Amino acid sequence: MGFAYDFDWGVLWRQPYGMWLLQGIWLTLKIGFLGWIIALFLGILIGTLRVTPWRWLRFVSTAYTEVFRNVPFLVQLFFWYYAGPMIFGENLGRQINQIVGLNYYMAIFALGMYTASRVAEHMRAGFASISRDQYQAVLSTGMTHSQMYRYVIIPYALRIILPPLTTEFLTIFKNSSIAMTIGVAEITFMSYRIDAETFHGLEATTGAMFIYLVLGLTVVRVMGIIESKFKIPGMIGR
Amino acid sequence: MIEINNISKWFGDFRVLTDINEVIDRGKTVVICGPSGSGKSTLLRCVNGLEPYQEGEIIVDGISLSDPQTNLYKLRQKIGMVFQRFELYPHMPVLRNITLAPMKVLKKSRQEAEKKAMALLERVGIPEKAGEYPANLSGGQQQRVAIARSLAMEPDYMMFDEPTSALDPEMINEVLEVMIDLSKEGMTMIVVTHEMGFAREVADEIIFMDEGRIIERGTDEEFFKNPKSKRTKAFLSQILV
Amino acid sequence: MFDAVARNLPFLIGGFGVTLQLTFCALGGGIALGMLVGLGRISRKAWVYQPVTVYVNLIRNVPLILVIFWFYFVMPIIAGRPLNPFLSAVISFIIFEATYFGEIFRAGYQSISKDLVNAAYSTGLTYSQTARYILIPIAFRRMLPSLITQSIVTFQDTSLAFVIGLQEFVRRTSIVDNLEVRSIQLFSFVAIVFFIFCFIGSKISRHFEEKGRKTGVL
Repeated sequence: MGFAYDFDWGVLWRQPYGMWLLQGIWLTLKIGFLGWIIALFLGILIGTLRVTPWRWLRFVSTAYTEVFRNVPFLVQLFFWYYAGPMIFGENLGRQINQIVGLNYYMAIFALGMYTASRVAEHMRAGFASISRDQYQAVLSTGMTHSQMYRYVIIPYALRIILPPLTTEFLTIFKNSSIAMTIGVAEITFMSYRIDAETFHGLEATTGAMFIYLVLGLTVVRVMGIIESKFKIPGMIGR
Repeated sequence: MIEINNISKWFGDFRVLTDINEVIDRGKTVVICGPSGSGKSTLLRCVNGLEPYQEGEIIVDGISLSDPQTNLYKLRQKIGMVFQRFELYPHMPVLRNITLAPMKVLKKSRQEAEKKAMALLERVGIPEKAGEYPANLSGGQQQRVAIARSLAMEPDYMMFDEPTSALDPEMINEVLEVMIDLSKEGMTMIVVTHEMGFAREVADEIIFMDEGRIIERGTDEEFFKNPKSKRTKAFLSQILV
Repeated sequence: MFDAVARNLPFLIGGFGVTLQLTFCALGGGIALGMLVGLGRISRKAWVYQPVTVYVNLIRNVPLILVIFWFYFVMPIIAGRPLNPFLSAVISFIIFEATYFGEIFRAGYQSISKDLVNAAYSTGLTYSQTARYILIPIAFRRMLPSLITQSIVTFQDTSLAFVIGLQEFVRRTSIVDNLEVRSIQLFSFVAIVFFIFCFIGSKISRHFEEKGRKTGVL
């Protein structure tokens, strides 16, 4: 076959490239985790709004979910990063653009907003899978609706949707790679940068794939432990 | 005639069937009963080659299932089977469910097949449902269509695997009546069921199976009045009110 | 209000055309490969099941952007010369999306109860007749909503071809934005266009889901 290419796997650990990758991993973890925290809080809130008795609250929740699901994440990210500051007017917008690390904050924000819509959908599915009789049983003990949701339904639904939530957690780390398009120096960005310097992009990206694999397996393992701690006895597990 | 000789079947360590022997002459109706997991359904599926067996031989009208030359597809034209969950094709109307095999396998023309299908629907009592989809029929109606579907191939033998177990009580009789008529007309039938009323009316022989073996067999007289084995007695006391 | 959009409309529409081309190529290849992947995932032969499972699990843990880069770097080495970015992107999408389509096909194949197949056999139908008249029509009707939903995802994923410089819809919008700096208009426009197509698509998928439920196929 005769490849006109000599492999150089050393780019993965030779300095400064090894350091770049480590920094990239750190950044991926940071934006993934912080985005996930936003996504959880926001997602649970929006998911719960969907089942309130007020029609306009339900509409807000549905609209949020539909908008964030039907637009590609890349477009959302660009919107927040490029168009976002402009929303505050020309002057304030220019000031915002001067903020150091704006792309980092925007990436976390965008990831959080996007993933929240998916968490909200899972919440809805969780609520729906709890039988009507269960709701009625709680109400018949005299609790109000909001008490019922706060003390019984939401914790119950969260446990039910732990498996799909695990998948979303994995997805957020994968989506964090898209932040490279606005210059966030996470894993994928770094592997591209290594190629720019050394022209050994194949090794760099293969290494990056391996890193994501390990990350994914770790997330699954950790979430599995959490799942087993919170599992509801008697429910059919994964 | 169907001969079942020393049939045994196992999955790894688990023996599903052990030493099953039975001869079913033309015109006979045989009822098989027993607790869940006793291998009754598996036995039926061995007879028409849907499930393989490791030991023994099944011979249908002189053709052995163990013979690698045997064309199982042709064999299944002779043996009709009705399933617990009806298994109608949900994406086709009732009439087409019945005419599909006669048209594709027996190469009948559409007119021929539909004429026969309508006659069968009359026979099972629901000719007006010919254009409906299975989802719009009740359980009892669906099962009757399933019986018509099997009869459309003009089989020599009919097998029923717990045909009424998935039905609501008020629909069981409409299906049993069709089966009783079929038996009285002389069809050779193997029926796995717990409906002892049916057994008493038309069964020529009742077989009790447990844990993959035939524990006891006899005519309905012998079976119900004088069960010999302890296990048979225990089973009967549970299912007979 | 959308004057920057109006001024550059032909350029942007051209980009959308590339997006559509990418989508159709990715769907064609992804669904075809996905059918095979699905079969591989239910195969009882270890030499088929193992490699397919490794492939699916690998791809599903890795971001699409990285896959796009990886093929972008690999293809020239295998082909011996630099490759057209469109082709490189299409191959990446096919390999990536086929794993998701594969899981849809797998679920479809497995959803047909064994007894339904047995019932067909009991009337004397052969394997190929059963596959043709029973298995495939039913599996297809069941999978249609998911296939539509995954196609919408693929449509959205094509935006990532941005990173290897492909002049699809998002990149062209970004190019115009660099010139005009009317970011709000421009990126709202992209978002709205995607929203309309995807929203309609998801409604269509839901329609087939309802229809399937009504006729008892689902």
